[in-house]
Amino acid sequence: MSELTYRDALNLALKEEMRRDPSVVVFGEDVALYEGSFKVTRGLLAEFGEERVKDTPISENTIVGVAVGAAMGGLRPVAELMTVNFALLAMDQIVNHMAKVRSMFGGQTHLPMVVRMPGGGGSQLGAQHSQSLESYFMHCPGLRIAYPATPADAKGLLKTAIRDPNPVIFLEHELLYNSKGEVPDDPEFLVPFGKANVVREGSDVTVVAYARMTVLALQAATELAKEGISCEVIDLRTLNPLDVETFVASVRKTGRAVVVEECWRTAGLGGDLAHRIHEACFDTLRAPVRRVAGLDVPMPYSREIEKLCIPRVETIAAAVRDVLAASV
Amino acid sequence: METKLRAVLPDHELVKLYEQMVIGREFEEACAEQYTKGHITGFLHLYSGQEAVAVGATAGLHKDDYILSAYREHAQAIVRGAEPKRVMAELFGKATGLCKGKGGSMHLFAPELSFMGGYAIVGGQLPVACGLAFSAKYRQEDRITACFFGDGAVNQGTFHESLNWARLWELPVLFVCENNFYGIGTEVHRSSALPTVHKRTCGYDIPSEKVDGMDVVAVFKAVKYAAEKVRESGRPYFIEATTYRFRGHSMADPAKYRSAAEHEIWKSRDPIPAFARRLLDEGIAAEEELEAIRKRCTATVQDAVTFAEESPWPEDRQIWEDIYV
Repeated sequence: MSELTYRDALNLALKEEMRRDPSVVVFGEDVALYEGSFKVTRGLLAEFGEERVKDTPISENTIVGVAVGAAMGGLRPVAELMTVNFALLAMDQIVNHMAKVRSMFGGQTHLPMVVRMPGGGGSQLGAQHSQSLESYFMHCPGLRIAYPATPADAKGLLKTAIRDPNPVIFLEHELLYNSKGEVPDDPEFLVPFGKANVVREGSDVTVVAYARMTVLALQAATELAKEGISCEVIDLRTLNPLDVETFVASVRKTGRAVVVEECWRTAGLGGDLAHRIHEACFDTLRAPVRRVAGLDVPMPYSREIEKLCIPRVETIAAAVRDVLAASV
Repeated sequence: METKLRAVLPDHELVKLYEQMVIGREFEEACAEQYTKGHITGFLHLYSGQEAVAVGATAGLHKDDYILSAYREHAQAIVRGAEPKRVMAELFGKATGLCKGKGGSMHLFAPELSFMGGYAIVGGQLPVACGLAFSAKYRQEDRITACFFGDGAVNQGTFHESLNWARLWELPVLFVCENNFYGIGTEVHRSSALPTVHKRTCGYDIPSEKVDGMDVVAVFKAVKYAAEKVRESGRPYFIEATTYRFRGHSMADPAKYRSAAEHEIWKSRDPIPAFARRLLDEGIAAEEELEAIRKRCTATVQDAVTFAEESPWPEDRQIWEDIYV
């Protein structure tokens, strides 16, 4: 074990996989000479050279399209979009090509590719640079989606993503890059897709979260424990495949659930999770599932109002108390 | 003065070009018939009139060079070697189709022939072509990537992004614009500030040329030359082939935006009879031989229709197959 930041854990995953497999190539805007706008690709150009670590023009749609073609041709491209917000320029290649090529060509090819994209709000970057678009990708069949909460998962999930034969959207939270944690040194350390992590066991309420929302949910659980409330916190790790079994089993045990998502509430993924819980646990639920979500507004810049638009420890804790109060 | 055909290719290969154009045409005309009978549904974009481009270009490439195209690609796939019966079965939506009935008319794919797909988002295949070319270059494979698209694609962002990218990364891509002068019903003059498509590439430092896309040998020569340039230099090249579709954009389009006079001028330049005349005039083939070819192609296409009719539908379980590995 070593203590690493989320950023360095991702960096290590890229280096280990590039050392392991010469078909892994990395490209994106400013990833080579500049070493990434969030420095996730630091040192890659120096170690692997310009054949494998390549800067691209600011052409997001074509970045993804080139990865699609390169994967079809037998490489394992890891493309970086500078932020998830710019993925909107690449939605044609992501949704119409990356997600569909295998199916519409009758399974005659597959795309072992990863598109990394930092995202999430809370850095006062304004409406166009603060979005959480995980629900957009989750809505589209044909993609795998990973979104780590911890440095260890950042390493283990990215390594799995690179080795996976399917196209993977790999989301990284900008506010987690400096977070630290113990990371296994083993270069064969992999975190499997589709296995949610019960990060805190509890008996009163299940809190389902992912990425930075998991970090906040754990802090809320610590606060609530002081009030004698026992939360079970589940980190989904991957949004596709979605480990329904794990959170349903937890809710069947606790009888109550709060679903936390950073994206906008309306048509957000939390509605889908809540519905799955209601369907599977109706007979054991003691209160309606509560959702904590981003507010349905374009993100404002000012610090004092921006923070109100994103789930916080207080709003998660309040939702847990509400569920308990509403219980039959 | 026109080059003598024998100076370009041996007789049997010239006759093969004729046969490929005939089967392309026969196939499309059979598709139209099957569409009106309701056996082929969805969108159906026919290639009739443009055969010289696919046939001439494919002949100018190596067999393992990648080919990508748009959604008017039946002939492209067949000329590359896809079995007409499996293409027809795909159009019928049958389980024996090239893509098991999941793709349809616009999404043919045959990786064993290096035919890397028909794509139905205008301009969507250009970045994918760059990616395939990059993989070939990275793996040091001696193959180039030929990417076909229509004049409608040249105002998409991906066109400009991909040309820039291919030159910047020095990718072995041959861009082939099949300029049939219409993006559905909008004539190129009404959509492009510079309607002479090949002139646009100077902004990306990519050499280009224009070729008569109604002349199969002219296309062959241009593509062969360009493909060798790409192979030698490792850099992209651009060909604009001017051509004409004898039918509407799709079967749903009666093409009323084009005048009868314009249509007649292009019909008089139909690449198939024009090439047949040259084969006869230069003594490369006799009329009986060409007639036998036409009959053989008609029979092949009829067999394809029968095969498609008799093939089973995909099974319900296949809905969930071939999405993830």
